Amino acid sequence: MKFIIAIIKPFKLDEVREALSNLGVAGMTVSEVKGFGRQKGQTEIYRGAEYTTNMLPKVKLEIAASDDLAPRIIEVIQQTANTEAIGDGKIFVVDLVSATRIRTGESGETAL
Amino acid sequence: MIRKMISGVVGSGVALGFASTAFAQAALIKAPTAAQQLTMINKGDTAWLLVSSALVLMMSVPGLALFYGGLVRTKNMLSVLMQVFMIVSVAGMLWATVGYSMAFTTGFTPGLTPYVGGFSKALMRGIDATTAATTFSNNVYVPELAYFVFQMTFAMITPALIIGSFAERIKFTPLIVFTVLWSILVYYPIAHMVWYWGGPDFMKDTPNEAGLLNHWGALDFAGGTVVHINAGIAGMVGCLMIGKRVGFGRENTPPHSLTMTMIGASLLWVGWFGFNAGSNLEASGVTAVAFVNTMLATCAAAVSWAVIEQVVHRKPSMLGAASGAVAGLVAVTPASGYAHPMTAMVLGLVVSPICFFFVTTVKNKFKYDDTLDVFGVHCVGGITGALATAIVASPALGGQGAADYTKFPYVAAPYSISAQLVTQLEAVTITLLWSGIVSAILFFVIDKTLGLRPTEEIEREGLDINEHGERAYNY
Repeated sequence: MKFIIAIIKPFKLDEVREALSNLGVAGMTVSEVKGFGRQKGQTEIYRGAEYTTNMLPKVKLEIAASDDLAPRIIEVIQQTANTEAIGDGKIFVVDLVSATRIRTGESGETAL
Repeated sequence: MIRKMISGVVGSGVALGFASTAFAQAALIKAPTAAQQLTMINKGDTAWLLVSSALVLMMSVPGLALFYGGLVRTKNMLSVLMQVFMIVSVAGMLWATVGYSMAFTTGFTPGLTPYVGGFSKALMRGIDATTAATTFSNNVYVPELAYFVFQMTFAMITPALIIGSFAERIKFTPLIVFTVLWSILVYYPIAHMVWYWGGPDFMKDTPNEAGLLNHWGALDFAGGTVVHINAGIAGMVGCLMIGKRVGFGRENTPPHSLTMTMIGASLLWVGWFGFNAGSNLEASGVTAVAFVNTMLATCAAAVSWAVIEQVVHRKPSMLGAASGAVAGLVAVTPASGYAHPMTAMVLGLVVSPICFFFVTTVKNKFKYDDTLDVFGVHCVGGITGALATAIVASPALGGQGAADYTKFPYVAAPYSISAQLVTQLEAVTITLLWSGIVSAILFFVIDKTLGLRPTEEIEREGLDINEHGERAYNY
């Protein structure tokens, strides 16, 4: 099993979600996050006070997937979230040691 | 002599119309008795003055509270709202107990009359539904209670304006103590000096029955000196003596809700019609002049602030537009009943670049932490307006001119812009010195006794949870 963590631009969330649903992804966790990478921050000016915000808002997706579905998920996110601009985000994948469904106690891929 | 100026032609027209139709009197009565004054009260004037009083209250709560509150960080939102709300309430009670008497009665001794009133009307003694207060027209009176509550709303908002200078770093109870002492030692005397007088039916016989600046002929239609310069300099002194916020200049302190600030500024704008047009006390042509001037100066100042931001920062901001509107309102306050609408508009166009220069360049250069720019907008805008009033009031520029109330009925006084400018400058200087020095003493004494500033930990964590035990937003 793989655990996929994707950081994408917030306005791409709905598009990515729909593409993943079509792929058969049954669930994911989404959080609003802030961070910085190569994309430059913006300058805000309030009367005389000038602030440069270097933390930009992004959306983080967390998806647990079976080994054979994982490569396709990565491909779909990479293609759907792409705007060909700096700041489109990154996808990280780690090995998932175990998964347990709380309601039934099932574990392994059946719990996904 | 004072607040209301009217041209000779309009003045006599109003007086004649009033005498012949409204009360069917053969002639104006000089120094009418209390009973006669009651017959000179007009229901329309009374209704307008009471509505104006409610409008001015709306400027403080929620107008000013939201305007200020939106500009601080989330953790200090309630502290600002609560400070404004309590200052308004405490100042209201104080007005009834001693304030009105100290501002609007003759001095304890004749020698004190130019500076401060006595206690003859303390605890509202002798004020009831059957007493009248003077307006700026001969033989036109309003119920004294209506005048009392109208002036009360001014005494409520002025100390509330001050808190913006040291928002996010002041202890609540010492601030309320400051409010009480500042009202007694600064606001009531200044209000007395600018606004106290015997009234148009009495000045011929008792020309010395007036506050110092009133006697000099300083023009302040609705309180540019009493309210804005007065509060602005007190705030500046407080900001310097209390010191900068923890992390000022190193940490970002952006406004938490410019939406609130826009709502607050808009409520200030609407309420200000009560403040300025209401200051004519009666509902007349000059009231409409003040109303229109208030409208146009504000439009112009909002636009000119946005334009200067477009030029300097390449982006016109909502905060800039709201700041410009408030600067325009402040500047037109002393001039509202005197200017021609077109000169009021020019005044609005001019004041925003001046205030913009102070809240950006000057503030950044000297690095004082006037958190919400009470000095840069209210004091600087107020001084601009007070001095500009000398120019725009001139009949040569379509202004209403000055009235000579030592004649009965009053007549138009000769008008000289340069002489008036000197008088305005003197009034501004007296206010700056009096309010600045007394405020400094008060801040010093309170700081040494009760302490003005919370600990650094409390300031970092926020005043809401530490001073008031609640949070503005629970998600």
